[in-house]
Amino acid sequence: MINQIQANSPVHWSNLILEIFKEYNISLVSYVPDAGHLNLIELCQADTLIKTVALTTEEEGVALAAGAYLGGKRAALLMQSSGVGNCINMFSMIKTCMFPFLTIVTMRGEWGEFNPWQLPMGQSTRIVLEASGLIVLSISEVTKVRDTIEAAVKLAFNAYSPVAVLLSQDLLGTKSFGRK
Amino acid sequence: MFELTLQRREVVEQLLQERGDMLVVSGLGASSWDVAAAGNNPLDFPLWGAMGGAAMVGLGLALAQPDRKVLVLTGDGEQLMGLGALATIAVQKPPNLRVVVLDNERYGETGQQLTHTASGVDLAQVALACGFPYARTVSTGEEVGLLRDEIYSRNELFMAVVKIALTTDPLTLPPRDGAYLKHRFREALLGPKAAFE
Repeated sequence: MINQIQANSPVHWSNLILEIFKEYNISLVSYVPDAGHLNLIELCQADTLIKTVALTTEEEGVALAAGAYLGGKRAALLMQSSGVGNCINMFSMIKTCMFPFLTIVTMRGEWGEFNPWQLPMGQSTRIVLEASGLIVLSISEVTKVRDTIEAAVKLAFNAYSPVAVLLSQDLLGTKSFGRK
Repeated sequence: MFELTLQRREVVEQLLQERGDMLVVSGLGASSWDVAAAGNNPLDFPLWGAMGGAAMVGLGLALAQPDRKVLVLTGDGEQLMGLGALATIAVQKPPNLRVVVLDNERYGETGQQLTHTASGVDLAQVALACGFPYARTVSTGEEVGLLRDEIYSRNELFMAVVKIALTTDPLTLPPRDGAYLKHRFREALLGPKAAFE
């Protein structure tokens, strides 16, 4: 069973997220690229039922998701933790209008990070999201990917809530710039 | 340089007259008040915040509803805050989306400070450079009439910058409860079933 996937399974966790997207009719996926999201972005681009939208900055994806919901479609925003800061003012629309909202955030600046410039935003990602009114779930083990993403999607679209799922660097691997 | 003589309320009323089932997103500030003055239609989604977001809300809506025309009506200051969105929209090129910028070269809500368009930043040229198939600047009443025709008949993404006078208009406000605006819009567009999704 795919939902009992083990850490050493050849199936990448991104496939599990794509499966949830399709199961719950998430048909619009916007993103600012991150290495951690590489597989999921490519899977979404290759899927004929999902429309992908590349963004110049993350807050565009917040407004895009609101517009999609107004039009009866479900969207998800893929970004890196440094993009969360870009979204703060746009989150006001999500909170004020009580839009369902789902973002999946790959973390930097939290787990053996090499680049010190990533730390301020990485360390404040959860606080900023919570202060902006989002529910925050996080995943650090591959065995938790499917259930956590499914729980987040249900919170977002069944319970009409704004939800962020943080994918930890210990799930993704830490970018080392060739250094130990 | 253009003469700024067009009256924004008249322009918006003309553009929205007999609008049919067109969907309208308006940007923070006077653009939202203009849309309210033109009729406060359930198929309006007037932003009261989220500055720089109007065009992207319009893109999400246009992609979700490819068979409906979507008009974004916003101001020069609001669009300048979301310049990147013009690039994002141009990449998608939804033929049912049109972005109309009401350009008085001022931040009208905050004391009429000059925006960059007063110094020559040309939003129609920005849109073209991003890859919009069509964009132009409108500054006369005759051109507004042509723009109205284009909004309803043209089947491609476009931007129009409408140069308008700096005016003080009656404060005609739309509802400001965002959850209400969302529900009202969805029910008008998707029907009563929207509340059960």
